[in-house]
Amino acid sequence: MRSVNRDRLVHYVFEYGIVVVLAVLVLVFSLSSPSFFTASTLTTILSQVSVIGIIAIGMACVMLLGSIDLSVGATAGLVSVTAALLMSMGFPVWSAVILTLIVGIVIGLFNALSLTLFRIPSLIGTLAVMTALRGLAYLLSNGIPIYDIDAGFKQLAQGSFLSIPIPGLLFLGIFVVVAIVLNRAKIGRQIYGVGGNEEASRLSGVPVTRIKYFVFALSGLLAAVGGLLLLARTNSGQPSAGSGYELDVITAVVLGGVAITGGKGRLWLVLVGVLIMGTLSTGMVMNNVNDYVQQVVKGLILVAAVAFSQIAARSQGGRTITR
Amino acid sequence: MILQVENLSKKYGNFLALENASFEVKEGSVHALCGENGAGKSTLIKMLSGAIVPTSGRFVIDGVESTGMTPREAMNHGIRAIYQEFSLVPFLTVAENIFYGREPTRAGFCDFGKMKDDARALCREMGVEIDPGARVETLGVAQQQIVEILKAVSSKARLLIMDEPTASLTVGETQVFYDIVRRLQAAGTAIIYISHRLEEVFSLCDEVSVLCDGRMTATRPVEDVTRRELISLMVGRDLVESYPESSTAPGAEVLRVSNLENDRLHDVSFALHAGEILGFGGLIGAGRTELAMALMGELKIDGGTVLLRGADYRPRSSRYALTRGIGLIPEDRKHQGVVMSLSVKRNVSLGILDKLSNAAGILSRAREDEYYDKYATELAIKTATPNNLVSTLSGGNQQKVVVAKVLARDCEVIIFDEPTRGIDVGAKHEIYGLMRELADQGKAIILISSDMPELLGMSDRIAVMSAGYLVADLGRGEADQATILELASTKLAMEEGMQ
Repeated sequence: MRSVNRDRLVHYVFEYGIVVVLAVLVLVFSLSSPSFFTASTLTTILSQVSVIGIIAIGMACVMLLGSIDLSVGATAGLVSVTAALLMSMGFPVWSAVILTLIVGIVIGLFNALSLTLFRIPSLIGTLAVMTALRGLAYLLSNGIPIYDIDAGFKQLAQGSFLSIPIPGLLFLGIFVVVAIVLNRAKIGRQIYGVGGNEEASRLSGVPVTRIKYFVFALSGLLAAVGGLLLLARTNSGQPSAGSGYELDVITAVVLGGVAITGGKGRLWLVLVGVLIMGTLSTGMVMNNVNDYVQQVVKGLILVAAVAFSQIAARSQGGRTITR
Repeated sequence: MILQVENLSKKYGNFLALENASFEVKEGSVHALCGENGAGKSTLIKMLSGAIVPTSGRFVIDGVESTGMTPREAMNHGIRAIYQEFSLVPFLTVAENIFYGREPTRAGFCDFGKMKDDARALCREMGVEIDPGARVETLGVAQQQIVEILKAVSSKARLLIMDEPTASLTVGETQVFYDIVRRLQAAGTAIIYISHRLEEVFSLCDEVSVLCDGRMTATRPVEDVTRRELISLMVGRDLVESYPESSTAPGAEVLRVSNLENDRLHDVSFALHAGEILGFGGLIGAGRTELAMALMGELKIDGGTVLLRGADYRPRSSRYALTRGIGLIPEDRKHQGVVMSLSVKRNVSLGILDKLSNAAGILSRAREDEYYDKYATELAIKTATPNNLVSTLSGGNQQKVVVAKVLARDCEVIIFDEPTRGIDVGAKHEIYGLMRELADQGKAIILISSDMPELLGMSDRIAVMSAGYLVADLGRGEADQATILELASTKLAMEEGMQ
């Protein structure tokens, strides 16, 4: 009996420990910086994490499949530059938005193609795509930021509704929709199935290839949304926009307990992982932590999060990655 | 006497994998080890080579007594095992592989020249022509097999254990291989030779030991035993298990397969009727699973036709097969049957998500529960709650989950591929009862099984496959274990006879 209780305790620690981590972080920063625990800081955090958060939702789906998408940051950068270019050429905002969202989806479909048709592991395939897209963003912009964008567009990042910033609302809205899809929709179940055991899922009649295309397209689409938000926030199409975001996003997803082998994880815990990343960077900025130190901290957190997830998987008899 | 085995036993929990095995192997003798799949052959050779430790008993190798060795100790005593999976490094040369881990050195550096010369000398000694400088990945399977043997021989093997060494060789290659075995024998090396090909036992071996259900039923000189006797020694248990009787006569023809062809199947034809269980017997690798996979659309079909209820059926994927009423219980439950990281209920739902969701693709939990309850009750799936992970279930209950998934699709044709492998006796009989019940309800069932009593007990008819051919279609009265085993190796015998 005692061992059953102990197992359950271990289970809860691994499952919900992350919520405690978030609470502790908030507490520490509130004590060290009196202005931290205020409504304005909290809206700032929500606004700050929205881009990472939206992209993390797509990444969570990709990682539930047992794959990875390293091209998200570069996709955001390319979309930011492309949308700015289109607007500077006189395209109306709505058409620039729709066209660049399509760009995001196409990038996702290409990633799925290289995975399913050419059997390139997503770690390598999306790494290559990431490099190419970043180069493309610099080519299109000649390496300089594009400022000539529609004045109304910045409202997307700087406006608010019921005193919640629009990016935050967008993030929460997308979160709710994807959470419903993952938990209540047919395709959500199939994503978990394919991530847990691709062979068994295929033999059960799950259209495995189609699911992969869907998930990578979703990741590309959400990365494009992130890129548009970055454009609105900085008011300029920066070819370097979204650099290194893939790391923050992956860290948030792993912190949220999504197994790197796929098939296991919950979206609301990914939300917690995103908030941890946001709290941490806002808190570090408010405490005047050097930018380079912040990078070191983020890298170490990813190592710690993966180590934790591997230990969790082993202690609960799950799968771990050995190479 | 090189090896004396005395009362060697291995227990896994309550399961006796090997019970009091005793036999002796003489110097320069080729000793055959025969038995069905699961008879305990692997267990025995793994104990000799140090891969697993015996529960009780002992063996004496070259005068040294042992109750269990580490792989390193076994090697030091000259025991070498060659398994079906090779242990060669593909990017290294033949010579480098032969002397892997024992490379000759000069002044601390690897002496590649000497290594190559030694390898060449060894090849000459064994009468084989292989370039010692060739990289192993460029060699064919047969040559790799030979390199594997050279590697074992080069390190002064006293006792060589070979597990189905000719399984993947062609007839000509097999001859070259036999020559090597005879040379080794002449040089005084003892050989334990595991083979399903009875012809080999008679043409190559001096003595034969037979394992049956974990017990060693006989050890005899090969000249004192006939083929027929050997088979009955291998299967020689009484049928104590009881199997549910068929209560209906077979109905209309549901499936007709004619002249099916692909890389693994040759001219396979049979018919399957509603209400019958058609058993498929044969050795492992005879093409039975490949046939199932071809019917499910998972393997390409190059020629021939399949008619499902009289209509042309060209499967493209499991998805296609399932929607047309053909379902499979795959042979590897863990990797192909269940998704371990999902709950019991979600595993059952995985195959019927389209039935559980509305036009927008949103699932109805009420309908999911309804389906789950129906099949969980019908199949008596035992789980604490439907939301427990399927990995917490016993093998038998996991298998029921896989069956539920197929039943929920309303399949008319259900293929059971080794449905009771690794399942305890109680659950086995539940699955037997279930299969018969399904047949009585009018489903057409294919049973692929390497468990002879199960195959004979459950099947209304038995098709026997050998090397990709369907060699016989036997009625209930015509089939017995010896006939099936004999038929299962006919194509192999023919191939051997051809040269």
